[in-house]
Amino acid sequence: MNALIFLILFPLFISLLALFLPRALPGRKVIGTIANAVLCAVPIYLLFATLDQGPSYFRLESGLINIGMLVLEVLIAAYIIYLSVRAKRYLPVILVVVQLVTMLGFEFSYGHSIQVEHSMFLDKFSIIMALIVGIIGSAICLYGFGYMPEYHEHHPEVKDRRNYFAFLMYLFLSAMFGIIFSNNLMWLFFFWEVTTLCSFLLIGYRDDKASRDSAFRALNMNLIGGVVFAFGIVILFVSSRTMELDKLLLLDQGVVLLPAVCFAFAGLAKSAQFPFSSWLTGAMVAPTPVSALLHSSTMVKAGVYLILRVSPVMENTVAAQMLTLIGGVSFLVTALIAISQSNAKKVLAYSTISNLGLIVACAGVNTDAAVWSALLLIIFHAVAKSLLFLCVGIIEYKLGSRDIEDMDFLIMRLPKLTAVMMIGMAGMFLAPFGMIISKFVTLKAFINTNPVMAIILAYGSAATIFFWTKWMGKIISIRHGETEVREHEVSNWEWTTLGILAVATVAVCIAFPFISFHVIDPYLMQLFNTVPVVDTFNILIVFVIMFGLLIILPLGLFYYAFINKDYKRVGTYLGGGNISNITYEGAMESSQPIQIKNYYLEKYFGEERLFYIGVFVSLTLIFIMFGVTAI
Amino acid sequence: MGWFKRSPWILHYNATSCNGCDIEVIVSLTPLYDLERFGIINTGNPKHADILAVTGSVNEKSRQVLINLYEQMPNPKVIVAVGLCAISGCVFQDCYNVMGGVDKVLPVDVYVPGCAARPEAIIDGVLKACEILEEKYSQQKKIQSRLAKI
Amino acid sequence: MNTIQEMFQVWSMLERMLAFVLLAPLLGGLIAGIDRRVSARFQGRYGPPVLQPFYDVLKLFRKERIIVNRFQNFTMVLFLIFTIFSGALFFAGADLLLTIFSLALAGTFFVLGGFCVGSPYSHLGAEREIIQQVAYEPMVILMAVGMYQVTGSFKVSVIAQYQSPLILYLPGVFAGFLYILTIKFRKSPFDLSMSHHAHQEIVRGMTTEFSGPTLALIEIAHWYENVMLLGMVYLFFAFNPWLGIGIALLTYLFEIFIDMNYARFKWQLTFGSSWLFTAVAGVSNIIVLGLMKI
Repeated sequence: MNALIFLILFPLFISLLALFLPRALPGRKVIGTIANAVLCAVPIYLLFATLDQGPSYFRLESGLINIGMLVLEVLIAAYIIYLSVRAKRYLPVILVVVQLVTMLGFEFSYGHSIQVEHSMFLDKFSIIMALIVGIIGSAICLYGFGYMPEYHEHHPEVKDRRNYFAFLMYLFLSAMFGIIFSNNLMWLFFFWEVTTLCSFLLIGYRDDKASRDSAFRALNMNLIGGVVFAFGIVILFVSSRTMELDKLLLLDQGVVLLPAVCFAFAGLAKSAQFPFSSWLTGAMVAPTPVSALLHSSTMVKAGVYLILRVSPVMENTVAAQMLTLIGGVSFLVTALIAISQSNAKKVLAYSTISNLGLIVACAGVNTDAAVWSALLLIIFHAVAKSLLFLCVGIIEYKLGSRDIEDMDFLIMRLPKLTAVMMIGMAGMFLAPFGMIISKFVTLKAFINTNPVMAIILAYGSAATIFFWTKWMGKIISIRHGETEVREHEVSNWEWTTLGILAVATVAVCIAFPFISFHVIDPYLMQLFNTVPVVDTFNILIVFVIMFGLLIILPLGLFYYAFINKDYKRVGTYLGGGNISNITYEGAMESSQPIQIKNYYLEKYFGEERLFYIGVFVSLTLIFIMFGVTAI
Repeated sequence: MGWFKRSPWILHYNATSCNGCDIEVIVSLTPLYDLERFGIINTGNPKHADILAVTGSVNEKSRQVLINLYEQMPNPKVIVAVGLCAISGCVFQDCYNVMGGVDKVLPVDVYVPGCAARPEAIIDGVLKACEILEEKYSQQKKIQSRLAKI
Repeated sequence: MNTIQEMFQVWSMLERMLAFVLLAPLLGGLIAGIDRRVSARFQGRYGPPVLQPFYDVLKLFRKERIIVNRFQNFTMVLFLIFTIFSGALFFAGADLLLTIFSLALAGTFFVLGGFCVGSPYSHLGAEREIIQQVAYEPMVILMAVGMYQVTGSFKVSVIAQYQSPLILYLPGVFAGFLYILTIKFRKSPFDLSMSHHAHQEIVRGMTTEFSGPTLALIEIAHWYENVMLLGMVYLFFAFNPWLGIGIALLTYLFEIFIDMNYARFKWQLTFGSSWLFTAVAGVSNIIVLGLMKI
């Protein structure tokens, strides 16, 4: 248990250090690096220390902590009200006030009768989340050391508040650990709200109009989720006198279904599923470490974490089917929208929502195979997506643009970065990487329970092939001639992080039988008393492909780069009009450069049309979900 | 073994021809004359072609294009000049803008006379070009093996 | 009548994989040759000899090696390796979904080859190849889903030995599969990205910058893929092996017939009609099967 408390308090301590230590202090980066190493090491230690144990529950004397949390909640609410009034936005004020009144009223009426047996707990799912937050979170903070100086160089108009930035990042990590390890729902709610606050402040870091708009939109949507979360807690306690997550799962479905649906709704808001997806796509104005950490690997995972935790309660109800459909609709529609986007960060954002939709759908189905693949999806997605965000962040400053159309010939300008990006992209949709294993198992899980989802999955995975292959092709195009290589300008902090995450992407795929057997299966056993039978022959084939690629690719590249000399170089076919390697003869004897653009199919997959369809369908499903439960 | 003879692929280029010979070349592919029964395919891409069939008396613009296309063709390759204009420029020989035939620009292997050249003559010329293709290939191989021995 | 099934059971997996790797190019080339001959006859011409594809490939191996950049040929080598691997998996009786995903990986390498040369024609061909892949992917996955719903397993070995006629349960899926088979065989009206021999599309589409031995490898890879696709058609009629083989060959003749009759569609029509046809034929079949189980 000490490890858990340490993981919550240590980042908090580091965040305060980051805030108050002067920037000029030379040891700052060293302290940061050590802190990150510690944050990686402790979850790994937890993994191996509890490898053979089941879930453990911990008691904590919580009177003082509860009062402290209440005070902090009031302060946070006041701060949000202050910022909102200053920006002349009143919706957050209303939401915060409603939330505060609910919680305070609840606390004063029932506070004395809340008895919590175990405030914190640790099971295999928590360990997976802790590993993700610890390793990826600290890797991204490491990246931030190299990235933020460059950010401020490129944006001299942004006020340099790097201390504050680091403070918020580590505070966020602390809150994430809090969410993962809390069994007491009041505590979970507190940490949940802290992450909302961090997200709001980090998105608004730049403090210009676009950032403020996006920040407030994120705040509004997460607050809506928070308000419903608060209602859920109140309803839960009033009807069943429980405040603990593990006890919630043991209660009679009729009693706790409505609170569970409320929590699922809060999770949907935090994970940016339809109808809440616009906050995530808007949040891409934030600096890259924020996008990588909050909006792809950790905070949005907190949303699906909550949904996965409460979904056993909703088993075999219409509400669960609605949840599955919302996930499915988000998955399909965002995959289609991503085809028409050329802004790299937006493509990544939509891809994130898409994968989260798949996880939510698995949670709704709630069989052992579905939850197995949901957990694997969480792991694989977190690693690959954060890697991609970090790469795009670097590319943005080396090329001066986030647009995919400007990433022509990237392999010639930034070769090592392109190689790393290819690993990340392959990790998102290609065999033999993890996502394909998860999609494989997800498909099997869906067929047995819900064929409509299998159909959605078929169409959705076709759509994901489209935008990833398009992007991959763009960056590996090669042409003759000189190109400026600017790779030496990438800092060592950034290279280290990219290296760690790239290795993690591959390692997680190779290690997945271990992960499955030792970490995921025990969790499933505890939930379902069965584990999905995994076909060993299939696993063998996947490994053959994986290792085959790992051997053939380097050998082949080496051979073709250095050994194979039996060839003659000619120009590309341009109808015979080649002038030089990059120009051809156009009309009136003009010399035209070769330009190559991708298809975006905006007429069919344009954001506006599909967005409204998605919002409309999901709102309908949510109404049905709540309506059926309330009756 | 004669694989070139059995599967020659043509790239057809019009260097300022009046289109008469071009039509006859394309007609050779139609069911009446059917070049495909010899395995001949009209590809539009120099990188896939063995035979470059050129019609028209060449001028400045098409000169550069012809050279580009020729360079992008892999060895062994042959050039067939189809029609009198491609052979010598015919009636346009002395015009200021005309170079006067393909062999002013590229090494021609087979000349197919006619204005417009008849499909039968074109087929005859292409088949002769296939024989030359085989010869070029075997010469190439001989040279390569001698080089390897050095 | 059951010699094929006996052969299937008696030959071990390794023997089947080896048979595929060695015999499929011969079979595929022969089918391609028959294709050209029959198409020519449809058009009232004589057409090339049936062994013409082999002559073509052998000639291509003898051409000089020219390249635009050093790595383009590697992508095609990978394409060939993974197509062979997928086909070998299929005939070894492995999981159908895994075979499909492996084939998708091969297709991705193919497309990346088209992209990496940086030429406008090649690039356009590659984009259209992606559109083709996206057009047929849902149906192929739904075919696997449909087969699972009927036989209870994804394994090709189980499906191939299922005693009941799959076609009776999966008529919609079969119709949808036939529709997208035209795309996979690269026949009009769906030969958007790189067309067979005499048809040109955006010059040579994706294969514009490839020549000589690499082009031969692409051709051979397409032969392997065709044999595998005919194998998938066979699965629908596996209850009677000779019927299965007969229908597979008839299907190919049917594809040639469609090829001869239709001009190329625009990519919008290809994409839209494939997804729509998949939805109408394939999805309805799957949903009916799903309801039947309940």
